[in-house]
Amino acid sequence: MRFAVIRFGGSNCDLDTVHALKEVIGVPTDLIWYRDGLRREYDAVVLPGGFSYGDYLRAGAIAARTPIMADVLRHAGAGGLVLGICNGAQIGAESGLVPGVFTRNEVPRFVCRPAHLRVETAESPFTLLFKRGDVIRLPVAHGEGRYVAPSETITRLNRERRVAFRYCDAEGQVTAEANPNGSVDGIAGVLSEKRNVLVMMPHPERASELVLGSDDGRRIFESMIAHCCRSGKD
Amino acid sequence: MQFDVIITIALKEGMLDPEARAIRNALEHLGIPTLSLSTARRVRLGLEAPTRDEAEARARECCERLLANPVIHRYEIEVA
Repeated sequence: MRFAVIRFGGSNCDLDTVHALKEVIGVPTDLIWYRDGLRREYDAVVLPGGFSYGDYLRAGAIAARTPIMADVLRHAGAGGLVLGICNGAQIGAESGLVPGVFTRNEVPRFVCRPAHLRVETAESPFTLLFKRGDVIRLPVAHGEGRYVAPSETITRLNRERRVAFRYCDAEGQVTAEANPNGSVDGIAGVLSEKRNVLVMMPHPERASELVLGSDDGRRIFESMIAHCCRSGKD
Repeated sequence: MQFDVIITIALKEGMLDPEARAIRNALEHLGIPTLSLSTARRVRLGLEAPTRDEAEARARECCERLLANPVIHRYEIEVA
């Protein structure tokens, strides 16, 4: 089993993500410079957080059009796992891996704080070690994290249980106060149609060790590993 | 022929514009109340194309493939 973390110009959570995967969890992981392309098969590709291309034009817009993203789309099209975190989520949405877009927060300032999330489905490679309704705590750190999509898309995402996480309070109630950015329906993470792509604004890699205050994020990576093992790719 | 193209990209009608709201508030703090305020991004580009229609089509492709996100944006193209 092998994971890839793609480093774009301006990624800044790439090394944190590699650390969580390689040192904390122990899964072999390659850090890939975006110009090098994906030169081998991977079980999972992670698009890390940061400010690729300085967020020029729109967050994630330019990274989404780099040639390595064609490799990532091919990987996803073949059923490979893709996890987009924060700027990686913006890149994932901009590249069409999931519908909708992450845009300017409702109150246009950068939010950086822990957030509670309610796990909305355990039926995905990223959440299979959770139970639906579990409340976890992961940090958010973004200025453009408000999820927007046409209402028919939101209806469809809800119907198909493709909202993986919603912002909630410590008791699991999805409230306006618990929503850090004004995302529609408190959406914090979205799955692709085939459920093999998850994009999410909160940072699981920043909550993968207790010394960091929470290791809830670790179970997302462990779910991915469990999924790959079940698929016989160990 | 060479064409000078101006593309204006704005949020669709009804989309929340947090930046515009913050700017309106700031103007209000300066004692200049406004009835409405919206923001847009202007991109100016030079294009080589056989015809004006072709230049406009190429500018449209720029918008569809990169400059605008159809989920939230509308755009206008002026070919000079």
